[in-house]
Amino acid sequence: MKFGVVTFPGSNCDQDMVYTLRNIMEQEVVELWHKDTDLQGVDFVVLPGGFSYGDYLRSGAIAQFSPIMEKVIEFANNGGYVLGICNGFQILCETGILPGALLHNENQRFICKNVYLKASTSKSLVTANADLHKAYKIPIAHAEGRYFIDNEGLQKLKDNDQILYQYCDKDGHITPDANPNGSVDNIAGVTNEKRNVFGMMPHPERAADEALGNTEGKLMFDSILEQVQ
Amino acid sequence: MKFQASIDVMPHKVILDPQGKAVLSGLKNLGLNKMDNVRVGKHITLEVEADSKAEAEEKTTEACEKLLANKIMEYYEFEVTELQEA
Repeated sequence: MKFGVVTFPGSNCDQDMVYTLRNIMEQEVVELWHKDTDLQGVDFVVLPGGFSYGDYLRSGAIAQFSPIMEKVIEFANNGGYVLGICNGFQILCETGILPGALLHNENQRFICKNVYLKASTSKSLVTANADLHKAYKIPIAHAEGRYFIDNEGLQKLKDNDQILYQYCDKDGHITPDANPNGSVDNIAGVTNEKRNVFGMMPHPERAADEALGNTEGKLMFDSILEQVQ
Repeated sequence: MKFQASIDVMPHKVILDPQGKAVLSGLKNLGLNKMDNVRVGKHITLEVEADSKAEAEEKTTEACEKLLANKIMEYYEFEVTELQEA
């Protein structure tokens, strides 16, 4: 598979993502620049974490108008696969491709730690291989990760099975105590109605290399490759 | 004609504003006990070229709708005034 990883001014997880896809998953990776207007025929676009445009105004608000984003939106609207991690998720919500918004964490702090996640559905490219009863240990690193959507939108997410991941404790219980940032219903990741765009705050690419002592994030990339190839 | 738009962008009332809560506790620590419901938003000013005030308001609305506010989490209000040429 040919992946494209976009770098915006202020992205800082782009090389982690490139490394994971290229060296660990052994896939072809094209490094795309925010000013590019050609996706170079990639099969899958990844918007990485970071602080695009300094998080000015709101996280992801300015990146959505980068030249490359026009192509990414067109690609997504035509059914192309797009995954946004952390800042990438914020950008996808700002464009409106993904529902909801990401607000400042409830405790007003930048949180950088391992959390546990549970896949809420197996009906998606990224969670197809997940054990729905298992709690996966994946790191988060964000200040604006409090997922918010109004009640009507939340009901729609549930009706359409669009919630990908929820924060849980290490035994897999989805409780308020296991919610690191105050997200509605412990939501950590969602997909769009057409199920070709995915967004999540946690960083699976930081948990894919054995040298880092945790490879639970690699399962997500395995799932993508198995489903598509 | 040149106009200045003075825009307030505020978090929706139903949304918890932790920043406002932290500021409120600071005010209480100062001994200002009779204060409540602190909300922190943004104030944005910009200048806009337009043939009329109505056109300036229309352009400002477009800026707010498309970029300055995220209506899922925020609402906005603004005032447009004509700038006097020096």
